[in-house]
Amino acid sequence: MEALIKVKRFNPEESEDTYFQDYSIDVAEDSTILDSLIKIREQQDGTLSLRCSCRASICGSCSMRVNGSAKLVCKTRIKEVSPDGEPITVEPMGNFPVIKDLVTEMDSFWSKMKSVDPYVKTSFEPEAEHIASNESMTHLLGVMNCIMCGACVSECTALEVDPTFTGPAALAKAYRFVVDPRDEETNSRLGNLNENTGVWDCTRCLACVEVCPKDVAPMERIVKMRDLAIEEGYTNTSGYRHTESFNDSIKKHGRLDETRLALESTGLLNISGLIDLAKIGIKSLLKGKLPPILPHRPKDMKKVTSIAERLDNQGSEED
Amino acid sequence: MKYAFYPGCVARGAAPELYKSTMMVVDKLGIELEEIEKAACTGAGVLQEKNQKLGDVLNIRTLALAEEMGLSIMTICSTCQGVISQANHRVVNDKEYLDEINEELAKEGLHYSGKTEVKHLLWILLEDIGIDTLQKMFNIDLSGFNFAPFYGCYLIRPSDALGMSANPKRKHSLDIVIESTGAQSTDYAGKTRCCGFPILLINQKNSLKMVAKHTGDAKDNGADAMVTPCPLCHLNLDGYQAKARKQNKRGKADLPILHLPQLVGMAMGLDPKELGVNKHLVSTANFIKSIKSKVA
Repeated sequence: MEALIKVKRFNPEESEDTYFQDYSIDVAEDSTILDSLIKIREQQDGTLSLRCSCRASICGSCSMRVNGSAKLVCKTRIKEVSPDGEPITVEPMGNFPVIKDLVTEMDSFWSKMKSVDPYVKTSFEPEAEHIASNESMTHLLGVMNCIMCGACVSECTALEVDPTFTGPAALAKAYRFVVDPRDEETNSRLGNLNENTGVWDCTRCLACVEVCPKDVAPMERIVKMRDLAIEEGYTNTSGYRHTESFNDSIKKHGRLDETRLALESTGLLNISGLIDLAKIGIKSLLKGKLPPILPHRPKDMKKVTSIAERLDNQGSEED
Repeated sequence: MKYAFYPGCVARGAAPELYKSTMMVVDKLGIELEEIEKAACTGAGVLQEKNQKLGDVLNIRTLALAEEMGLSIMTICSTCQGVISQANHRVVNDKEYLDEINEELAKEGLHYSGKTEVKHLLWILLEDIGIDTLQKMFNIDLSGFNFAPFYGCYLIRPSDALGMSANPKRKHSLDIVIESTGAQSTDYAGKTRCCGFPILLINQKNSLKMVAKHTGDAKDNGADAMVTPCPLCHLNLDGYQAKARKQNKRGKADLPILHLPQLVGMAMGLDPKELGVNKHLVSTANFIKSIKSKVA
């Protein structure tokens, strides 16, 4: 089978510019992208640089962008991404500096990982292995599957505009320790994660969930930590006010009260924020499209509010 | 062709021109709509952060209401489409959870069997109307125009809940509809990224960087306007474009942001002003002029 692979090349020793190079290679039907890249390097172009090791989706070394989205290339078959022999684009991961060709600099990844203190913190030094019960750990299996490949970081839309954001991989790792029953620093961990660059900067765009080759679902862990931080009393954030206002609106009106949501999330003491909102409000008004004072309500709204009340109480009972 | 209509809060609130243009376009398409008047907000993923089950019950209730009407649902918002699809995906893959939710719904005399289809207008154009039929309804050739698609995260991800493998064209649906008008679809990296709206009120600096990047990149790649099937994206990309572009040194706010039915309506020959194209915060005056020159 013939595969056409367009590789994004970069060699800072030669030029600051990147360019695409096309390779045509004969590969077996069930070949992976990694198989074909290795074959290209061995048979056609020894200058092609890439990082790989286990070839069995365990080591997390070979994340690259395939047709615009990060994948472990050892786990991705040619047929999967190019069923009819279409050209396949392979680029280095996004949100990382590139060292050469498909090899990225991972320093920021590891420093962020370290920044969340990825180990169990206790007030005593265990004399023997510090064992947690199976039951208390099974819900963590998903997040412990992380092989730190960086695919989630590559596609993170918040990191694209703000490299200081802690990011999906390190936050998923933080979650793993926040909910570890042996850890004694839950409150201070959540306090730190509640600060700028932490859990509230996630856009909930689902890109990390979509590309994770191990179903770690980082975004779901991040939003869970928002809730946990609120439960631990960290409520002085616009994120908290936003969530509360949204919930109240649905409980009261069954629908979203856009005006109130904007005001309450901004914070009624945040004068510059309110002036900013007023400007947009006036512009919208001039175009004849300010949201109604009260939202358009569903018919028979009591049904919605009674569900909300019932499940709200149920939620707090379960907590 | 008839659907149970779920307009969503924004089309009923801050973006009335979306509601109006949708009505004009479905009328031309011969689609009959019956609004699900008892339906609640989807929760937009925000409610789900705090209480996923409440979000799921409200969304499955919407699906049950449509089932009672014997109709598939039409949405006009990427976020609504995504959040309802995610809830639906959870219950159809977990019978026990569906039973649990049905217990709640039973208190209102409702029941969900797991079979209601939910489709964004964009997918309806592609899958139920068909591009060939759609093109026959177009009276104005928009060739020469360049429109940047902006999908909205929840119409693209997660692909399993959105049925992408069964309907692979959905990944490119907006590009396909844009090209069906004769126009070119702008090639730029931002089309499936985040518009920044979910963090607008939480981290405005980052949110506006996204607006500046996507609108600036689309413009640099030749776009005359941007088209989105998501009114939440629209609120940010249109409402905050001026501030975002200025703050991030990406020039002036010069990229009109259109709702999907506004583009389709213009291709059908409907009056841009009637479609509310002049209601946006970024000026559309020059754009409307150039569209009108196509009619003349």
